[in-house]
Amino acid sequence: MSHTVLVVEDEPNIVLSLQFILRKAGFTVRVAGDGDQALRAIDDYVPDLVILDIMLPKQDGFAVCEAIRGNPACRDIRIIMLSAKSREADKERAMALGADEFVTKPFSTRALDKMVKEIVAPRKTVLQTKQT
Amino acid sequence: MSGGVVLTVSLLYLGLLFAIAQVVDLQAAKGRPLTRNPYIYTLSIAAYCTSWTFYGSVGLAATRGLDFLPIYLGPTLVFILWSVIWIKIVRICKVHRITSIADFIASRYGKQARLGGLVTVIAVVGTTPYISLQLKSIATSFRILVSSSEQALLHAPSEPIFFIDTTLVVALALALFAILFGTRHIDASEHHEGLVAAIAFESVVKLVTFLAVGFFVTFGLFNGFGDLFSTAADKGLNNLFTVSKDHDYSLWMTMTVLSMAAIICLPRQFYMTAVENPDESFLRKATWLFPLYLLVINIFVLPIALAGRLSFDGISADADMFMLTVPLFHDQAILALVAFVGGLSAATSMVIVASIALSTMVCNDLIMPLLLRWRWLNISKNDDLTGLLLTIRRVSILLILILGYIYYLIASESYSLVTIGLVSFAAAAQFAPSIIGGIFWKGASYRGAVTGLALGFLVWLYTLLLPSFAQSGWLPLSFIEEGPYGLEFLKPYALFGMEGFDRLTHALFWSMFANIGAYWMVSLLSHQTAIERIQGTLFVDVFGHTDDERDSRYWRGSATVADLQQLVGRFVGVQRVALAFSDFAAERDINLRKSQSADAALLDFAEKMLAGAIGSATARVMVGSVVKGEIVGLDEVYRILDETSQVIEYSHRLEQKSAELERATAQLRNANERLKELDSLKDHFLSMVSHELRTPLTSLRAFGEILIDNPEVSPEERERFLNVIIKESSRLTRLIDQLLDLARMEAGQMDWSLDTVDMDGTLKEAMATLAGLIKESEVDVAIVIPNDLPKVRADRDQLIQVIINLVSNAIKFCDKAKGHIDVAVTSGDDVLEVSVADNGKGIPVNMLEKIFEKFHQSIDRDEDKPQGSGLGLAICREIVTFLGGKIWVTNRKDGGAVFTFTVPRADRLDVRISAE
Repeated sequence: MSHTVLVVEDEPNIVLSLQFILRKAGFTVRVAGDGDQALRAIDDYVPDLVILDIMLPKQDGFAVCEAIRGNPACRDIRIIMLSAKSREADKERAMALGADEFVTKPFSTRALDKMVKEIVAPRKTVLQTKQT
Repeated sequence: MSGGVVLTVSLLYLGLLFAIAQVVDLQAAKGRPLTRNPYIYTLSIAAYCTSWTFYGSVGLAATRGLDFLPIYLGPTLVFILWSVIWIKIVRICKVHRITSIADFIASRYGKQARLGGLVTVIAVVGTTPYISLQLKSIATSFRILVSSSEQALLHAPSEPIFFIDTTLVVALALALFAILFGTRHIDASEHHEGLVAAIAFESVVKLVTFLAVGFFVTFGLFNGFGDLFSTAADKGLNNLFTVSKDHDYSLWMTMTVLSMAAIICLPRQFYMTAVENPDESFLRKATWLFPLYLLVINIFVLPIALAGRLSFDGISADADMFMLTVPLFHDQAILALVAFVGGLSAATSMVIVASIALSTMVCNDLIMPLLLRWRWLNISKNDDLTGLLLTIRRVSILLILILGYIYYLIASESYSLVTIGLVSFAAAAQFAPSIIGGIFWKGASYRGAVTGLALGFLVWLYTLLLPSFAQSGWLPLSFIEEGPYGLEFLKPYALFGMEGFDRLTHALFWSMFANIGAYWMVSLLSHQTAIERIQGTLFVDVFGHTDDERDSRYWRGSATVADLQQLVGRFVGVQRVALAFSDFAAERDINLRKSQSADAALLDFAEKMLAGAIGSATARVMVGSVVKGEIVGLDEVYRILDETSQVIEYSHRLEQKSAELERATAQLRNANERLKELDSLKDHFLSMVSHELRTPLTSLRAFGEILIDNPEVSPEERERFLNVIIKESSRLTRLIDQLLDLARMEAGQMDWSLDTVDMDGTLKEAMATLAGLIKESEVDVAIVIPNDLPKVRADRDQLIQVIINLVSNAIKFCDKAKGHIDVAVTSGDDVLEVSVADNGKGIPVNMLEKIFEKFHQSIDRDEDKPQGSGLGLAICREIVTFLGGKIWVTNRKDGGAVFTFTVPRADRLDVRISAE
């Protein structure tokens, strides 16, 4: 059973690159072009991971992140936030709102690939460690 | 008329005066001062009008016509045009508790007793003829009234009536009256409410009685002014009330100047106007009320004079007594008695005020310093000296009146009232340079004042007083005719060969020449002592200093509170001082212990209080005797003065600065707001630039890595990825180009090539550039360009840029299914208008302005993200604005946005420039 990743991004070319990388890593990829779409998609199907751009039409990434964290049903969703603004303040805000990681564009696809795998996979690893 | 009746009426009148004074004083003591109003104040100043006015003016008018007028012109001019001088003097008197004109001058020039003494001597000698004038008028009028023989109407009998000299009796009676009136209190600087009320009452009496005689003459003896004047003209008296060419008007000038000086410098005028002034604001009313009084009292002078001349036609009669003799001639004994009372009131008001003012000066500025010098007053003793002070003043009053009587005996008989009065005026005028110079010129020095006053006084003695003795036979007449010891150039009426002027003009010229000349020269040449400088500054800058107590700073030594209290108590009365000191302490909220050393403020307070009783010069010496230690040295005073003036200057500048500062603060606040705004704009801009650069870079890097890491991707996919890389690269290039353009434009570093541009061709070229895009997006474009379009002044390449930006925007936003764009050019008066309309969704109303801001497109949008950097419209606005046009956007009713911009027409631009 493959994990599902929701990519929330309004730049079609970046979506294209993320789709390629994530699919290759074995994830099911869903795409949302703006904040509203993203929340509707989550209502529809709870993904394991959301890769969330900050600068989005309608609702920005912060608002989406807050909404996800405010919903108990989405407790387990992992969130990686993407930002084209390299401001420290944005990173702090994202982490405060409950994001798991904060990635600045342009990013290394290899590093992102690794990060995605680590952030989604270890849930089981941790549980296993605890059992032993 | 019987002497008993006249005497009774006189005594009743004087009794009434005294009663008025008593009642008012009692009321004042109860805290209800009746005299505290500007009308009473003005009437008390009218003590200026003495028996000179009452009798003398008529006498002068009867012989010399309008010559009586300048004496009233001078005071009128001073009060109306130069009231500021009085305001300044009054303020100084209040601040320094000045008691008299001698005190004023002495205080100004360093509180020097010697100067006060000199002023007192001049004042006494100068006033003596004036007092004798009053005595003469009372005595003469009395004799005329009681001996009603025909002969008495013409020449008053001079032989003693009641076996003693009437004039001496009058002098003694007036002395007694003045003593009763004026020496009831010690503090000469305190207000004498009763005295002021009595003098004001006298001013009313003399005015009313004068008007009564005037009415009788004008409307009783004649049928009004017209009748009176025409009758007089028939008798050949018209030279008395018309101005003729051959009249010598130098005397007019002299008398006007003299009376201007007199209204300020006569000791009694100074006393009534300045020392007795209860409220500075009263002066404002007096500036017109007093001249009005002078005007009214002079209305009937000419009618009475003419009536006198007509009544005693052909007989030589004493014109000075027309006020009495005209009613008597027409058998109006009661009216004559009324006129007598009026004359009495005029004379007594002058004598009382003058003798009180002079006695204060004699006591404070002449006797006290002498007593101090002779060490007759042992300072260490603890006697109560209030009684001594009163005795000195009372004796002074008596002596002053006796002096007046003596002058009367010596000189008065041979002179008219006015001539005597003018001699006094000329003496008083000697004070003018020291007073006026003293309050406007800080550099005027003690030596200058002493020298000027002394020389002026000597010249006055020589040119006016001594000749009057000579003419009365007390000096050989040759003194006048040939000069002393036959020295022609020293002839008192033609000094240094100056002839052709009347005696008064001559005397005034030489005395003022000596006075002002010496005052000025010596002041320039001599150094001021410390205290002179202090006093000079305090007087000249009185309006700036009033509220502070810096003037006491010259006391550097110390004295105990008990010492001071005891000292002042000796002169002012122990109880009053104890009260005053505790008031002083209460006011300042401090506790005065007897053994505590007095601070500068208390020293100053004590000195001023003492000055109110014994004058500033003496007070300084007395305080100096108990203050152990020196008066501060000159250097220190200079320092203090400099500091003081610096502090004043500084605080003035400080006020200005703080106002400036407030303005600057407001400006700074605005600038700061603006900066914050700019800062946040810059912040926003940078963050947007970062975003816009990173976005294509992200794709570039991602696909670069993907292609390297995944050699197995299909050729189709590879081509797709490479196309993304190329597209994003050109997006990045475009963005960088636009950013640089915008930066250059905003910094004013853009290289513009302005030229006359053909809009038709330009537009077509721009559309040709866009042809590929238009074709690709299948948008329908309609272009409307009129023929004979005027050329514009613009940068052709940038104009193309604007059109491309607007049209490509329109392509992006127009209806996806059936896109349509209208491009149109119209010609206005001064500009060409280019509009680009699409049929898209239009622009939200709140965005119509913001849309031209940088990176606007990336935020607040609710549409699908359009392709573009977000700088296109910002660049358009920069270009259009630079070219002198405007750019704006509107929404069409049926949807779609219309972007319009203007470009100045080349032909109109030339016209505009040449018109400017």
